[in-house]
Amino acid sequence: MDWNTIISQTITQAVGVLAVIYCLAAVGLNVHFGYTGLLNFGQSGFLAVAAYGLAVTVANIGLSFWAGIVVGIIAAILLALLLGVPTLRLRADYLAIVTIAAAEIIRLIVRSVTFREWFGGSDGITRFADSFYALNPFSGPLALGPLKFSQNDLWVVTVGWSLVALTSLLVWSLMRSPWGRVLRGIREDEDAVRSLGKNVYAYKMQSLILGGVIGALGGFVSAIAFQSVQPDTFSTDFTFFAYTILILGGAARIFGPIVGTMIFWALLVFIGEFLSEAVSAGVITFITSTQVGQIRFMLVGLGLMMLMIFRPQGIFGDRKELALDAR
Amino acid sequence: MLYGTVTSDGTGVQGVKITATNDSGFSGEATTDAKGAWEIKTPKSGTYTVTLDEATLPDGVALTAESGNTRTVNALLGKVRIQFPTGEGTGGGASKAEQAVQLTVDGLLLGLILALAALGVSLIYGTTGLTNFAHGELVTLGALSTYFYSAVLHLPLVISAVLALISCGILGALQDKVLWKQLRRRGTGLIAMLVVSIGLGIFIRYLFLFFFGGATQQFPEFSGQEGLELGPLAITPKAIIGAIAAIIAILASIYWLLKTRMGKASRAVADNPALASASGIDVERVINVVWILGATLAALSGILVGLTSGVSWNMGQQILLLIFAAVTVGGLGTAFGALLGSIIVGLLIQLSTLVIPPELKSVGALFILIIILLVRPQGLLGRRERIG
Amino acid sequence: MPAETTAGTRKEAAVAALSTVAHTPGSKKPDPIVVVDGMVRRFGGLTAVNVDHVEIQRGAITALIGPNGAGKTTFFNLLTGFDQPDEGDWSLNGTSLKGVAPHKVARMGMVRTFQLTKALSKLTVMDNMRLGATGQSGESFWRAALPFFWSAQEKKNTERSMELLTRFKLDAKKDDFAGEMSGGQRKLLEMARALMVGPEMVMLDEPMAGVNPALTQSLLGHIKDLREQGMTVLFVEHDMDMVRDISDWVIVMGQGQVIAEGPPDTVMADQAVIDAYLGSHHDQALTESGEAFTADQPEEQA
Repeated sequence: MDWNTIISQTITQAVGVLAVIYCLAAVGLNVHFGYTGLLNFGQSGFLAVAAYGLAVTVANIGLSFWAGIVVGIIAAILLALLLGVPTLRLRADYLAIVTIAAAEIIRLIVRSVTFREWFGGSDGITRFADSFYALNPFSGPLALGPLKFSQNDLWVVTVGWSLVALTSLLVWSLMRSPWGRVLRGIREDEDAVRSLGKNVYAYKMQSLILGGVIGALGGFVSAIAFQSVQPDTFSTDFTFFAYTILILGGAARIFGPIVGTMIFWALLVFIGEFLSEAVSAGVITFITSTQVGQIRFMLVGLGLMMLMIFRPQGIFGDRKELALDAR
Repeated sequence: MLYGTVTSDGTGVQGVKITATNDSGFSGEATTDAKGAWEIKTPKSGTYTVTLDEATLPDGVALTAESGNTRTVNALLGKVRIQFPTGEGTGGGASKAEQAVQLTVDGLLLGLILALAALGVSLIYGTTGLTNFAHGELVTLGALSTYFYSAVLHLPLVISAVLALISCGILGALQDKVLWKQLRRRGTGLIAMLVVSIGLGIFIRYLFLFFFGGATQQFPEFSGQEGLELGPLAITPKAIIGAIAAIIAILASIYWLLKTRMGKASRAVADNPALASASGIDVERVINVVWILGATLAALSGILVGLTSGVSWNMGQQILLLIFAAVTVGGLGTAFGALLGSIIVGLLIQLSTLVIPPELKSVGALFILIIILLVRPQGLLGRRERIG
Repeated sequence: MPAETTAGTRKEAAVAALSTVAHTPGSKKPDPIVVVDGMVRRFGGLTAVNVDHVEIQRGAITALIGPNGAGKTTFFNLLTGFDQPDEGDWSLNGTSLKGVAPHKVARMGMVRTFQLTKALSKLTVMDNMRLGATGQSGESFWRAALPFFWSAQEKKNTERSMELLTRFKLDAKKDDFAGEMSGGQRKLLEMARALMVGPEMVMLDEPMAGVNPALTQSLLGHIKDLREQGMTVLFVEHDMDMVRDISDWVIVMGQGQVIAEGPPDTVMADQAVIDAYLGSHHDQALTESGEAFTADQPEEQA
């Protein structure tokens, strides 16, 4: 058993590239679900349109990296409008079904042979972020105790966590304002807020756009970090994992997504690495190494269920707030 | 002119090189486009040899053994269509009308499969308010348990299917008793229950993967059944029997809903649980029966999918969205809406392949779902809600 | 609107203004704030509301009564834009409200409360109040992140909230979550919050439902107070004693239609009204004081 690798991997990946991507997705979901009560199950769609917007603009159209970022953000805003117009007037579960459907539509279109010229089919698009890495101020890899990053990953992770910090700060300052108060009111009872003269529909739309654009940043990080976009990265399971992270850390809390991400990845990686090591060292013999990945996913599912049943306020949440939930 | 389409599993294959030559030294070349279509203009009538360059076929696509990669054709007049079947072999050049007939039948079959699952989703939603994201796993369970009884215990398929229906019904009741009933008792919110169902779905799905593996398996019997040719239609006997079973199950469910005490009670619970409870209906028992029915119907749906396209660990997840689309199109919580919605979605998916590439057929259906919500938010048979 | 009238005399003014009005359904009022014409709302085959013509007098407290299922709440929803009628037109201060979204109706001065109290549980009492204030620049997305744009206005709104909370004796609870309060306190909060909008007309859907008797008098006082401050009140209520006590005018609905109108005492003696109630409550004996009318209070939602 190589405990050094296990611990090093656990710590590195808890703050690694994937953690950043999930964290940004969860910060966006926090705006949607945590503060406004919008059940967006299509967050992966927002990441997808942003990532593909960037990749297509740079690799296929030949415009600059920054033009690609602008296109990606515009794509996320358009997606929010497209989803919001038909569903934000309806009950919460309709939004859930329509957003999940929209995310699937996006995934099926970008992976189709019909549009392969544009989106590269199931192979996706690669190598379009060189100009991002050209800006890399780091001259070498990082090896800080168990924390190990390559030169490029270090740059991505630095930018990524800065984005998390900036967006979290933005969400914090918005949620303490009268604007955030309206959103929280909508989460509790939108008819009451309507009766006080607020245009609930417009606020929900703003929330959908804000959370979607924050998710889009996660899409950029994903595209840049791997220099590649692939349709199956943006599956509905991605969204469900982001929900697990959010609920783990505590919805409607600024640090919820960040805490949730780190715990989620630390646990996931630790369990995976530990079992893999144990299997290859012959300590555990009744499972194969491919089954280790499956056990990890089973634990995610089980964890999401248990959290929602026993600690819906997140592991550090306040029970008092929960007790108010009469229903 | 010579032309044709190279397809694999109904999807066009792009970038395949085709050449045509004749004795007098003519040589023409074409590459298939995104839809797999190609054409070569020929200078005059005569005999041509057409060759498909097998090296240009993408990985995983091959010509059928009987097909061969050359054709000798007489291009006497006008256009000649040349087929290079891939995979298990594809049909010849059917007209649009013939295709439409075939696709309508396929669509109805898919609609029936969806209807079985959608009925359960709708009944459970109606009586408990739960949007069950783990319903796809009930579909998978039906197929997997049938596979278990037939391939592992070597029982005949029909008996396996019946056993599977029974065991899924029991597991449905158990799931309700162990999980959902407890959550209702705790007063867990509907959104929270929805998220719980997502977690449950993920858990069960990977549990299936753990034990069953990632490959798609066929039931030991009837897997390579020959299709019957009924005029322009090709349909396998197992599909006909499956459709009959589905229709019987649906008719029985309708009878249950409309004529039996329990069925009427379930509609009363869906309408107003408090009132139903006050008028002496045992709401929990009704819900448990609804779960048994829903799980059994979903299992049948899974068996039918398994018969036609094999058994895999995530087959239920793959049709879950279509089930939801069907339920939403018909109107959330209305049983008859779910049936209508399923048939519409099934037909739409299959018939849409007349105009859009088959790989995008689900996109079309999901898109229509969004359009219908725009025009008629409560679904086709749903009621508008009252406020206050 | 005569703003110079001093406190305590509005009751007489309202009664005097209504004294000449005929006691017939759909009668003309001297100074109507709301006028409804041919309003019809159907749910499937059922006609829930079918109001031919009704006017509501400005500055008066009007009660809307009727047996369960008479269409009172649906009528409320239609007036306030929370539901749209199949036919008909209605206006506030002469401006048609047909097709106007509910939040715009509120901004035009017609603010409602709900039968099942909609206090926002996970917001503090103070946040509930501040949410009611209109024209907040901090509610614009673009300015929200910078407190500089809205902190002064927020301070003013907080002061106004505090005044109202003090008036409703909720000031000690200002930092509690609304969900922690009793049903009656939540009713009070909902009413106070509605006042933050600065309404011209207040629509109360069963303000007494589920309120414990100790708070009833104070709630009644607050409703009368609204009239003294120049507001028009329309409320749905089952408690006939309360209706008799505070209303200047009573409109009776039965099976979706307005079946009687008049001052409280006259209406309660009206045979059509008694028949309407008997139609749905055969088993209840009517006492002379009309106390049996109180029987169908809806249960309070926890």
